[in-house]
Amino acid sequence: METVVKRLGVWACVLMASIAAIALTPDKGFAIHMGIVGLVAVILIIATATSYDPLARAQGIFRMPPGAGRYDDDPIRWGVIATMFWGIAGLLAGVFIAAQMAFPELNIEPWLNFGRLRPLHTSAVIFAFGGNALLATSFYVVQRTCRTTLALPGVARFVFWGYQLFIVLAATGYLLGISQGKEYAEPEWYVDLWLTVVWLAYLAVFVGTILNRREPHIYVANWFYLAFIITVAMLHVVNNLSLPVSLLGTKSYSAFAGVQDALTQWWYGHNAVGFFLTAGFLAMMYYFVPKQAGRPVYSYRLSIIHFWSLIFLYIWAGPHHLHYTALPDWAQTLGMVFSVMLWMPSWGGMINGLMTLNGAWDKVRTDPIIRMMVLALAFYGMSTFEGPMLSIKAVNSLSHYTDWTIGHVHSGALGWNGMITFACIYYLTPRLWQRERLYSLRMINWHFWLATLGIVFYASSMWVAGITQGLMWREYGADGYLVNSFVDTVAALHPMYVLRMGGGLMYLAGALIMVFNIAMTIAGRSRDEAPLGETRHDDAADRPLPPLTAEPAE
Amino acid sequence: MTNRIDEPTGTEFVGHEWDGIKELNTPLPRWWLYTFYATILFAAVYVVLYPAWPLIDRATAGTLGWSSRGDLAAELRAADAARAGVVAKIAATPIEALPSDPALMQAAVAGGAAAFKVNCVQCHGAGAAGSPGYPNLNDDDWIWGGTLTDIEYTLTHGIRWDSAAETRSNFMPAFQGSFDAMQVSALAGHVLSLSGKAKPSAAGAQMFADNCAACHGAGGEGLPAVGGPALNDAIWLYGGSAAEIGKQILAPRHGVMPAWQGRLDPVTIKMLAAYVHARGGGQASAPAAAQPEAAQVAAK
Repeated sequence: METVVKRLGVWACVLMASIAAIALTPDKGFAIHMGIVGLVAVILIIATATSYDPLARAQGIFRMPPGAGRYDDDPIRWGVIATMFWGIAGLLAGVFIAAQMAFPELNIEPWLNFGRLRPLHTSAVIFAFGGNALLATSFYVVQRTCRTTLALPGVARFVFWGYQLFIVLAATGYLLGISQGKEYAEPEWYVDLWLTVVWLAYLAVFVGTILNRREPHIYVANWFYLAFIITVAMLHVVNNLSLPVSLLGTKSYSAFAGVQDALTQWWYGHNAVGFFLTAGFLAMMYYFVPKQAGRPVYSYRLSIIHFWSLIFLYIWAGPHHLHYTALPDWAQTLGMVFSVMLWMPSWGGMINGLMTLNGAWDKVRTDPIIRMMVLALAFYGMSTFEGPMLSIKAVNSLSHYTDWTIGHVHSGALGWNGMITFACIYYLTPRLWQRERLYSLRMINWHFWLATLGIVFYASSMWVAGITQGLMWREYGADGYLVNSFVDTVAALHPMYVLRMGGGLMYLAGALIMVFNIAMTIAGRSRDEAPLGETRHDDAADRPLPPLTAEPAE
Repeated sequence: MTNRIDEPTGTEFVGHEWDGIKELNTPLPRWWLYTFYATILFAAVYVVLYPAWPLIDRATAGTLGWSSRGDLAAELRAADAARAGVVAKIAATPIEALPSDPALMQAAVAGGAAAFKVNCVQCHGAGAAGSPGYPNLNDDDWIWGGTLTDIEYTLTHGIRWDSAAETRSNFMPAFQGSFDAMQVSALAGHVLSLSGKAKPSAAGAQMFADNCAACHGAGGEGLPAVGGPALNDAIWLYGGSAAEIGKQILAPRHGVMPAWQGRLDPVTIKMLAAYVHARGGGQASAPAAAQPEAAQVAAK
């Protein structure tokens, strides 16, 4: 009873603080955000006061298996659902802004214009979809490969729900026009502070679990997860250093100015790609590919060398986003040569993933999940070759500011991050909900081909668009004057923009098929269909080990 | 550890196992390692050749002496050098004399087209066709005159551009409060009748003569010397419906064009004037007298 009273007190204080903030602030956006915080506090007060157990209710709605379970899987189940929810939201926003590029009349002022929806799309797919996938899989993998349950289970739950609050505050902020104007780091100071708290809690849960491990060694996937969590913490804090104008307002000013601000921003921006979308997702690959293939990892030595070289080289590559700008030449040179050296360390992950299939290549034909993983690794390889190539100044002088960059990003994001996440969701769902198998394996085939065709349309239309754009911008006539105006290039790209939107729609359609398939699996249904190859779950092996009694032998 | 060798690949295991995942002791692929070395070698050479190493107060310049600013300056110098002859010739030629040298006129139009794409398309459109509120430059309806000299003057000093002393300026009075709805309707009808779009009315004609003819001309043929737009050619800046004309009578909008003097050099302004003149509607000599019949035919 005493704890209930204490909790009520805490939530009431949060509620009063948010009401005070709403009353005092002259800033409408800040008031709305504090309203969201207050609403969360009200929900928590009601939940606490009535001893209402939302988790048990969620357990029922999402058909979570009853009982404590061997591993602490509840936050992972929520994470799988959140990943799909935000994935669909992010892809939908992406298709809509793609349509806006082709048909500008779709800019609905002021809340749904391109300028506000674009960060909504990027944050939803990277941080909400990708972030939840990383949260869920890291909690799953670290428990299995350390053979122990999550350290600090209460904190793990706070991490999940705290992260969702961060996403809601960020997303509503964009629509209200609250932005600090830094690409991939748009949320304002108070949302950044909240994310910092959540992220440090995430680090504590992850490191605590590794410290509790029952295995003598730390598995390679956990190196990558740990590198991702630590580096993102550092990037986030440094890039968002800023001074709020008022503690009761949204606006803040960056601690950096001019070219220093640009360099800090792209040190952050490029390593968000490097550590969030590469290191974190390689961690997923290192667990789920060998599990699904039922094969050992190709090379332990390669995993060590490519991990350390990737971590060391990636952090320097950011300046290649600022070629031919006010950034001093020496910094541009360093950004370029480190990007070129990054090529092989990146490919180390692709080799280790693909060659793990040695001895099981037949599964590419029979197992649609393996096929998705192979496609993801292929796109990973393509994008990590294209990246170093685009960082070379001579290439960059053509590609910079064009849609080629957009095509490059999406072959990585849709091909690599999207496909590996889908494969992990398909792997996880029957295991987390203790189902015999997925509702339908054949629907994964539909998802696979729709997504693949969608990516092909997307990437090839943007390559053509980007190169067209770059060549038109630099086209000189015989008399030494530029031939095209900017708007001429926009008109020339219209068909490519329509094709890109079509590619996005196909990708979205594939994801919707996945959501249906997963929902039916969770509901406990299974489709009557001709069987395909699949990797069966070994339930007896899926359990923690008792604590080690002796020091592990080296 | 009964089986230290992986059957399908014949490779040795490392010996650890996590949740059923084992690792093979495969050596680094040679091609991977040598390509990695090659990229490191490339980087090592590149950082000697190009600016790379930050020192206390500057950075190493690189043995090639290359810099991105130097690169840009060299490109611009080369482009300037290639155009120097033509630019000098245009600078020395008074604008009204340009058409007598067709090759020079052609060069001026080409240069003007490039400058137009950078500076003018934002308001006048990529094809110079304008949009409501922004004049179409392809027709022969000139509010402030359509000879080369007139256009050059408009470009140089702008229209209603307060900071330019010699800017072109005029203001149509707002008749809000002076006319009632019936009167506005009669006047708008008369304005439409000037280009044959409505039936003439005696009341409208009288109002036009009393209030409008001084600037727009008795027949609505316009008065370029004071910037009075022609109203008899069915070309409309703010829309040609009776309602839109009525709105313009009651509360006229006044467009602004920047003065380009000081922002663009005189040769570029001259080339822009040549380009705009060559769009199709340029007038031949000194400020032309109004040619209502011709304008009317062209508009249709």
